[in-house]
Amino acid sequence: MRIAGKGLIDRDTQVTFRFNGTSYMGHRGDTLASALLANEVRLVGRSFKYHRPRGILTAGSEEPNALVEILEDGQQTPNTRATTQEIFDGLETRSQNHLGPLGWDLLAINDLAAPFLSAGFYYKTFMWPRAFWEKLYEPLIRRAAGLGRLSPNADTAPYEKAWAACDLLVIGSGPTGLMAALTAARAGADVILADEDFRMGGSLLSTDMTLADAPALVWVEATLAELASLPNVRLMPRTTITGAYDGGSFGALERVGLHRAPDTHLPRECFWRITAKRAILASGALERPIAFPLNDRPGIMMASAVQSYLNRYGVAPGRSVTIYANNDGARATARQLMAAGVRVAAILDSRPDAPMAEDCPVYLGAEVLQTHGRHALRAIEGRHTGGYFRLDTDCLAMSGGWNPSLHLTCHMNGRPRWSEDLAAFVPSEGAIPGLTAAGAANGSFSTHGALATGYTAAAEALKHLDLSAPDIALPATEDAPYRLAALWQVKGKYRAWLDFANDVTTKDIVQSAQEGYRSVEHMKRYTTQGMAPDQGKNSNLAALALLADATGRGIPETGTTTFRPPFTPISIAALGAGGRGKTFAPQRFTTSDQASRDRGAPMIEAGLWYRPSYFPKPGETHWRDSCNREVGYVRQAVGVADVSTLGKIDIQGKDAARFLDLVYSNTFSTLPIGRVRYGLMLREDGLVLDDGTTARLGEHHYLMTTTTAAAGLVMRHLDFIHQTYCAAWDLRFISVTESWAQFAIAGPKARALLNSVLDAPLGDFPFMATGPVTLGGVQARLFRISFSGEQGYEIAVPTRYGEALFRDLVARAETMGGGPYGMEALNVLRIEKGFITHAEIHGRTTAFDIGMEKMVAAKKDCIGKRMAAREGLVGPEREQLVGIRSKSEFGSGAHLFTLGTRIHRETGQGYVTSMCFSPTLGEWIGLAFVKNGRARQGEVLRLVDHMRDTDVQVTVCNPVFFDPEGGKLRA
Amino acid sequence: MRLNCPLCGPRDRREFYYFGSEDYLNRPAPDALEEAWDEHLHLRANPAGITKDLWYHEGGCSSWLLVTRSTVTHEVHSVERVADRNGAQS
Amino acid sequence: MRYSGLKVITQGLFGNKGWKPAWRDPEPKAEYDAVIIGGGGHGLSTAYYLAKNHGLRNIAVLEKGYLGGGNVGRNTTIVRANYFLPGNSEFYSHSLKLWEKLETELNYNVMHSQRGQVVLFHSDGQRDAAVRRANAIVNQGDDAEILDVPTLKERFPFLDYEQTRFPIYGGMNQARAGTARHDAVAWGYARGADQMGVDLIQNCEVTGIDIEGGRVVGVQTTRGAIKAKKVGMVAAGRSGQVAAMAGMRLPVESHIMQAYVTEGLKPCIDTVISFGMGHFYISQSDKGGLIFGGDIDFYASYAARGNLPMLEHVMEAGMTLMPMIGRAKVLRTWGGIMDMTPDGSPIIDKTHIEGLFVDAGWNYGGFKATPASGWCMAHLMATGQTHEVAAKFRLDRFRTGHLLDEEGTGSQHNLH
Repeated sequence: MRIAGKGLIDRDTQVTFRFNGTSYMGHRGDTLASALLANEVRLVGRSFKYHRPRGILTAGSEEPNALVEILEDGQQTPNTRATTQEIFDGLETRSQNHLGPLGWDLLAINDLAAPFLSAGFYYKTFMWPRAFWEKLYEPLIRRAAGLGRLSPNADTAPYEKAWAACDLLVIGSGPTGLMAALTAARAGADVILADEDFRMGGSLLSTDMTLADAPALVWVEATLAELASLPNVRLMPRTTITGAYDGGSFGALERVGLHRAPDTHLPRECFWRITAKRAILASGALERPIAFPLNDRPGIMMASAVQSYLNRYGVAPGRSVTIYANNDGARATARQLMAAGVRVAAILDSRPDAPMAEDCPVYLGAEVLQTHGRHALRAIEGRHTGGYFRLDTDCLAMSGGWNPSLHLTCHMNGRPRWSEDLAAFVPSEGAIPGLTAAGAANGSFSTHGALATGYTAAAEALKHLDLSAPDIALPATEDAPYRLAALWQVKGKYRAWLDFANDVTTKDIVQSAQEGYRSVEHMKRYTTQGMAPDQGKNSNLAALALLADATGRGIPETGTTTFRPPFTPISIAALGAGGRGKTFAPQRFTTSDQASRDRGAPMIEAGLWYRPSYFPKPGETHWRDSCNREVGYVRQAVGVADVSTLGKIDIQGKDAARFLDLVYSNTFSTLPIGRVRYGLMLREDGLVLDDGTTARLGEHHYLMTTTTAAAGLVMRHLDFIHQTYCAAWDLRFISVTESWAQFAIAGPKARALLNSVLDAPLGDFPFMATGPVTLGGVQARLFRISFSGEQGYEIAVPTRYGEALFRDLVARAETMGGGPYGMEALNVLRIEKGFITHAEIHGRTTAFDIGMEKMVAAKKDCIGKRMAAREGLVGPEREQLVGIRSKSEFGSGAHLFTLGTRIHRETGQGYVTSMCFSPTLGEWIGLAFVKNGRARQGEVLRLVDHMRDTDVQVTVCNPVFFDPEGGKLRA
Repeated sequence: MRLNCPLCGPRDRREFYYFGSEDYLNRPAPDALEEAWDEHLHLRANPAGITKDLWYHEGGCSSWLLVTRSTVTHEVHSVERVADRNGAQS
Repeated sequence: MRYSGLKVITQGLFGNKGWKPAWRDPEPKAEYDAVIIGGGGHGLSTAYYLAKNHGLRNIAVLEKGYLGGGNVGRNTTIVRANYFLPGNSEFYSHSLKLWEKLETELNYNVMHSQRGQVVLFHSDGQRDAAVRRANAIVNQGDDAEILDVPTLKERFPFLDYEQTRFPIYGGMNQARAGTARHDAVAWGYARGADQMGVDLIQNCEVTGIDIEGGRVVGVQTTRGAIKAKKVGMVAAGRSGQVAAMAGMRLPVESHIMQAYVTEGLKPCIDTVISFGMGHFYISQSDKGGLIFGGDIDFYASYAARGNLPMLEHVMEAGMTLMPMIGRAKVLRTWGGIMDMTPDGSPIIDKTHIEGLFVDAGWNYGGFKATPASGWCMAHLMATGQTHEVAAKFRLDRFRTGHLLDEEGTGSQHNLH
């Protein structure tokens, strides 16, 4: 029911929205909750376990009951708090977690079965028969559980991430936060003021109090206007500080477009990482519910929420309101309601000695014992010091006192401190380095206390920032003492809810203790208290108090549960902004990328790079047709492939040779200038790290190549060795991978192709030679190396010439009966030649395993040499690299067995790492690791691949299938 | 988490690669016993408290850094370049 | 007190007032035949099987906090047996068989749900590795199959197959893999051990290990000295500190791993799904929360809490793999302390001190190992002999080079 003349909503702007298919009208400035209450919609959801009717409990992000689905075109957002969702024209919402209409939820039958669904019941049953768990019990449980529904469609809405830095982060814009921000801002500090609400002002928006003899709003508006005018202040409304992390880092979620009709120009949300030198937690306090029997009916609300709906939204949540409290503060709610013309049925004060004087009936020592009304509260019953009462009331505003919102101070394992005076936990000092809690968040519950501690917290922060606090007179306002008598539960015949969202009652806590789950962590896990969407904000303390009572301990001895990030739940889409689709990881493209795509080559991922798989020709129906043709280019004519993705590291200095001798297992100091050598690099633990060729370009100048996959790893490795073991050496190196485009030219006609593009024909240029060449006047580097077993060259030109050279080389190759070849052909060519890749050097193989132990030079030390000699890494039981061949097809990943043995792990002899059909040899060949394999050449093994239903015989052979003498390389 | 790189200043943890304990700095002699190498590569004091470990400013200056910090609170006490240490200059 | 559906009904009819404590809260005795340091999943299962399989009764489990408060209570609940190196294969195979009988064994519903796990692959190389792994699993006697993309599309229409940075080439499915209710595993073993007379002593921190003449004689605790003929160190992330009391350095570095859970949702993901390009794995609990995780935070830590970079990376992986989860909201994030070894495989072995045993180095795979770890550690402590399925989990294997490196990333603790 709207109250005329109250509230901060824009009465001139009507907003139409829908809930469960019905259209309603609200105003700009309304939340979904306030607009529903204005329309007298009480029943908004169903509880998690018992499917009990639930209404709106709070007016903030801690709401446990009023969770709804927001519907958009093709999307729905479950578990949205009606209490924070702003309404806009066309907003479509519906209730969740019910079977059938909200008013007639079929799963409400669970409530009748409640005696059998007590804490942990599922641990004690559903065990027989065993197979029924997956088939029957669990599917039923899963269907009944859960809350809202996720859309099966991809969330394609825009989300963003951003960074911010400041001197002072002020969290919360109530009286504390505003005063702190104003103080720091006037001192010249860079200030970020963030508040989760869409309107700044915090509790001052929900009161009728005065500040400096004017309505509080006047001061709020003036302060905000001043802050907004200052260049050193950033105001961030709709921004929840979600977590406190190391080094002054905070996570923050800004709701950017969520409050508007879907608009593609705006991200829905932006996740900020804020780095702050200092921070002030001014997050206020949360009011505690009272656990009295049947306290979960729609219409039973927090007193502060009633006040908020009245003053901020101009809504009376009921026509006849009852206040139920254990403290003085809730009296204000009653007075404000009456002043607004709303009937207050009674004030029920649990304290027998509380003040009596009010303009409505006051019952002292009151206990509510029974409530009535299935879908909305109708009446309550109970007793007080003077006897029994029964009141017709449609809204019960309860207040069990206040808990400082100290959640962030727990994010770095800080343990809050128990305050007996406040009957609440307060933040421990220093729990987050650089962060100070102030105001209600630190237990100063009066508005004056908030302003005063906001100022002093800012002054202290400014001291750390080497700034001084300006003098600011605090506006005069209320400074009422906080008086309450702790009230953790009202015992009665019926269930009393603690955790509304997870349906945990006081009995569950008692049962938990009775069954030995006495640690607060056991209780939480056994009863699920605190694990619902409100993260225990409404129930943790009362549950703890009841556990303390049940186990005969005090509250501080019983402990606290840990509040963990995030402060309020954050969408995965916001946290994962930028991850969707192709932007998950950088894309690296070679200079020949477009040329390859132009030829129809399917591009495949190679690490972060894209490389052509093969270059299809008309009439080819299978990739293998193309692959075989491309292999033929190299074996019979000439093929061209882009090999720019290999890592290239330019190494210079007087000690470059010495350095390479240390990092490679073999020797590079003896490499003549103008020559290239294959190198094997070990990890310090003796296993193979990488391989590649390194060229000596000058006396003190080498160019190392790494595999594509290990380029970054090797660079890091080299930096470590250099800086740790030989920082004083005359040595510099840098990655030049992106500086050069490099192409392999391989095949019997490779030299002819090269000569057709070089400015001067190639002279004597033997296998493993390197030297500078020019083509079209461009300086290039030529290496005579081969990954195919054919006469091969690799030519490197500055990257900007890469595409042109590739297109030119391919066109020329085609006139010679050759052409481009892709990764598939490259793989066939290298397997035929027995060359290894990371399929073989997969991190578990040694130089010994791959038959390269002789490449570990005897006469010098190298990284990995000592540990490679461990007994477990040598010897015949090691699996050694061999070739295998067969007339039958087989696949990589197959396992090998001795003929006649059973197929089992224990009898396994090895496995296949790489395979291909060799068009050159006309059979299936592969590389494999076989126990003691080098001694078993010629042996026939059984190859079994359960995944491909392959069971064939293969012959063990030399891994170099093609031209083992290497004559073609040198031709 | 932020580290104050001696060359680049305070930077976010994302720029750094973590390797492990400072034990990796103490490479035994090539002919040392396997036990010494085991200590170097594998065995760790693994303290709950102050530790010194190795980070690489991969997204920055490529410095290897020796960081003194707490494994319990994540407080960073000091950051120095490995290359500036005594003994790195052999 | 035996649990059953009938008991739930009869207790329910009488106000649930008759439930007995799941375990006693005993005072520590002066002496035990065997003491287990660490009341987590592995420590409790060790005690359980020491009593059950080996007839020991005079046993204590010493826990500095509350039972099951370590990694058994803060993981992503995945149970699988999909290792491929001999040494690991037989161990996890054994563990999975124990899981399949665990409810009956413990008379406690640990909600072991064999809903399957699909590990996706995104390149030919990954496919080959997956096939090798799947074959190894079948050779061990367990189940694995390779699913092609059409099959995946039918089962998981919500994965991004086309627009994603790393297209899906297929997946390896293990139908017998799945999840379990993690806390219940600890509680079930605790209750079972207690019923056989094992003393479960909470809030009892071990502060020293007493060694005389090269053999262990007892422990010092915050609740007094306790004599013991045998002591098992089963302290997971805290193994380093416990071993230090015996003057040992272990091949272990402790790291944080974060895990994440969303608000409850109606069923939308019915198996465990693992991304193959960057760590991301997800399942949905019976309560409806999506439970997911990624890699460790990568720096040594005991803080049991993580930082934003890994959290964001995991969420980004989730968005690239299954962009339909975008509107689900992360409810809670937390961290566990992982005892990372230089080859990613665990240790169940004697130490050089007689009577002192170690069970550690579970990296971030300890949850699924809970039954077999206890089974084998109990066997070792009771008989002095290594159990055959844990024979390769030697403490000295890093010195000798008998490595079990499934990832192939080498002697860097945080890379496994």
